[in-house]
Amino acid sequence: MKREIIIAGFGGQGVLSMGKILAYAGLLQGKEVTWMPAYGPEQRGGTANVTVILSDTRISSPLLQSYDVAIVLNQPSMDKFEPRVKPGGMLIYDSNGMTRKPTRTDINVYRVDATDKAIELNQQKTFNMMVLGGLLHVDPVVEIENVMLGLKKSLPERHHKLLPANEAAMKVGADLIVKEN
Amino acid sequence: MAEEVKLMKGNEAIAHAAIRCGCDGYFGYPITPQSEVMETLMAQKPWETTGMVVLQAESETSSINMVYGGAACGKKVMTSSSSPGVSLMQEGVSYIACAELPCLIVNVMRGGPGLGTIQPSQGDYFQTTKGGGHGDYRLITLSPSTVQEMADFVGLGFDLAFKYQTPSVLLADGVIGQMMEKIVLPDFKPRRTDEEVRKECPWGTMGKNGRKDRNVVTSLALESEVMQETNNRLQAKYKAIEENEVRFEEHNCEDAEYVFVAFGSVARICESAMEILRAEGHKVGVLRPITLWPFPTKEIQRLTKQVKGFMDVELNCGQMVEDVRLAVNGQVPVGFYGRQGGIIPTAEEIAEAFKAQMVK
Amino acid sequence: MTPEEIIKPENLVYGRTKVLTDNIMHYCPGCSHGVIHKLIAEVIEEMGIQDTTVGVSPVGCSVFAYNYLDIDWQEAAHGRACAVATAIKRLNPETNVFTYQGDGDMAAIGTAETIHACNRGENIVIFFVNNAIYGMTGGQMAPTTLIGMKTVTCPYGRNTDLNGFPLVISDILAKLDGTCYVTRQSVHTNAATIKAKKAIRKAFENAQAKKGTSVVEFVSACNTGWKKTPIEANAWMEEHMFPKYPLGDIKDTVKGSQLSDEEKNAKY
Repeated sequence: MKREIIIAGFGGQGVLSMGKILAYAGLLQGKEVTWMPAYGPEQRGGTANVTVILSDTRISSPLLQSYDVAIVLNQPSMDKFEPRVKPGGMLIYDSNGMTRKPTRTDINVYRVDATDKAIELNQQKTFNMMVLGGLLHVDPVVEIENVMLGLKKSLPERHHKLLPANEAAMKVGADLIVKEN
Repeated sequence: MAEEVKLMKGNEAIAHAAIRCGCDGYFGYPITPQSEVMETLMAQKPWETTGMVVLQAESETSSINMVYGGAACGKKVMTSSSSPGVSLMQEGVSYIACAELPCLIVNVMRGGPGLGTIQPSQGDYFQTTKGGGHGDYRLITLSPSTVQEMADFVGLGFDLAFKYQTPSVLLADGVIGQMMEKIVLPDFKPRRTDEEVRKECPWGTMGKNGRKDRNVVTSLALESEVMQETNNRLQAKYKAIEENEVRFEEHNCEDAEYVFVAFGSVARICESAMEILRAEGHKVGVLRPITLWPFPTKEIQRLTKQVKGFMDVELNCGQMVEDVRLAVNGQVPVGFYGRQGGIIPTAEEIAEAFKAQMVK
Repeated sequence: MTPEEIIKPENLVYGRTKVLTDNIMHYCPGCSHGVIHKLIAEVIEEMGIQDTTVGVSPVGCSVFAYNYLDIDWQEAAHGRACAVATAIKRLNPETNVFTYQGDGDMAAIGTAETIHACNRGENIVIFFVNNAIYGMTGGQMAPTTLIGMKTVTCPYGRNTDLNGFPLVISDILAKLDGTCYVTRQSVHTNAATIKAKKAIRKAFENAQAKKGTSVVEFVSACNTGWKKTPIEANAWMEEHMFPKYPLGDIKDTVKGSQLSDEEKNAKY
């Protein structure tokens, strides 16, 4: 098994931390993992992206030209990464603020309208967990229980009260995601 | 101690490894993309556990001179920075090399010249391996390509520095500094007691403490004959390092007709390029120098007899390729592909560049 | 009486401290360095700290200070003595650490290292020899060179349009919260020498008591660089240097004493 994933969006959407949670869950399942951010000032409000690779075997390059899965959370990310999904791969997007729908027909396109849902539920901080829940619903690359274990291990004790809300958000995302083609 | 697998950035791994290998002091100044080293150390507060000193200096000039002061006591001290900051340190590095002091200098390279970019680069190969400061000196240069090696090379760098009484450099690119990977941290090694430091480094300047003769650490020798002797001693030491400490890693070189030569993160991308090219029927291998100085010259000379050519790939305009060409000495073609400004080539791009240059 | 009859322990009224080595000093006759070295050596002996003291020598005339005091020494790069001393003291809190610097080392090329060591309140001692000229390199202008004073790089006298103003660095350092003791001394008369020695001792004691950084400036003569006889140089120093660099304590307190407890323990 090898899954090459790009998560891209605006800084502040929790793109990097979503990637980290995914990588941590992979680690707990005994997989090889890499987490490689595009770092710099773009973390503060511009576009941010992170490449996460989960694999049963040693990972060579941590940076990729094309991906099995692209999760795009804003228009610039859609424009940049839709063409770079491998044929037969998967594109997941949030339609909030998007001016153009994905056009490729040789990939599986999913929509997860997590932004609107998070606002509706007044749960903006768990937005990225809704997206992650959506991903894991259509591509269960790691077990939910490992995601929760990873969260528990990586969050400081004082934030553990937020764990149930995060788990609930993943369930919301799983119900929310729809296939578009 | 049970091995616990953790997920962390290369920069964080350096900080944890420093605490665990019994480091006595870290002195640094923030600069992207390596600020997590000091940030992690400050968050860990090792002065409360191991007694390690962590100090934010006013500049890289000051940091490296603090390293000089600590190293001259025989203490295990280090600094970390990124390219422009390391340029500022070069005066101190030359003094430390001449005074024959052990220390560890971490450079998580970003793109230059000038203020450049904060994105990854390998543009400081020349500066590090050829001696960025004045005078004839060399620096043991370790190049990690995984987060695990970021941690492992902290201990190794110190071991080599103390073995040869010379500075070691951990020369990483921004990719390895910022990337998170699985890592098993090295076991805890206690800091040496002052008595142990005095025994290991009888030249150290922690006060005479009953010693008959005073210790003086200096790099000054105004008499020409004395300075000549200093140079002879340094060169003899460098020769011993060249003979004993070359480290490299090879993938599929046994039957290779062509060999990629690359270090750091690029070596990993070349491995992916190798897989692409092997699938297309090209017999390609990868040679990754782990020590950039001493350079694996002999290994390249050995492979020269076997291969049709070498392909050097770097995140710069062509620096290590000069050492590859010196080793090959014109016997087979040596191609080069480099990207700058923080652009990381993909495996596909490297494979194409290889075919364009090497397979006619 | 023969010399043999005179040289007896019971007749000894003054001896050279054992902290000074037997090396013959390279300083010019009339230079203040030799006297200052001797005073520091005597204080080290009197305080019984020869085994625990580490000196940091500069680049300048006193680059070879390590040849003259029988203690551990580090020779720092030009201007970096305070950074070097910071690390020695932080890593070995039980040692007594001092820097010995001239005006170029401490107040030109090393201004940043000096100010920041003082600002951190490092428990070290800075000995600063100010003779308003670069002696070792052949008499060039120093940051402390007086207005109108001639050197080989201001041969028509220091001109404020061209060269700016004399840097009164000790006054600046006294303003920093990290310094506890800043004093300006000289060694050109017996009385001044006695006072200077007391200041040296006090500085070492401050560092031991973790009071902060102590700075002892010695306004000094460089008769060679000034192109005068030693006696002329001392007279010139009194007439011209002392008005700009007046002798006496500038500050005597404990680091951070200007701040209230509330300010010192602020949390945001």
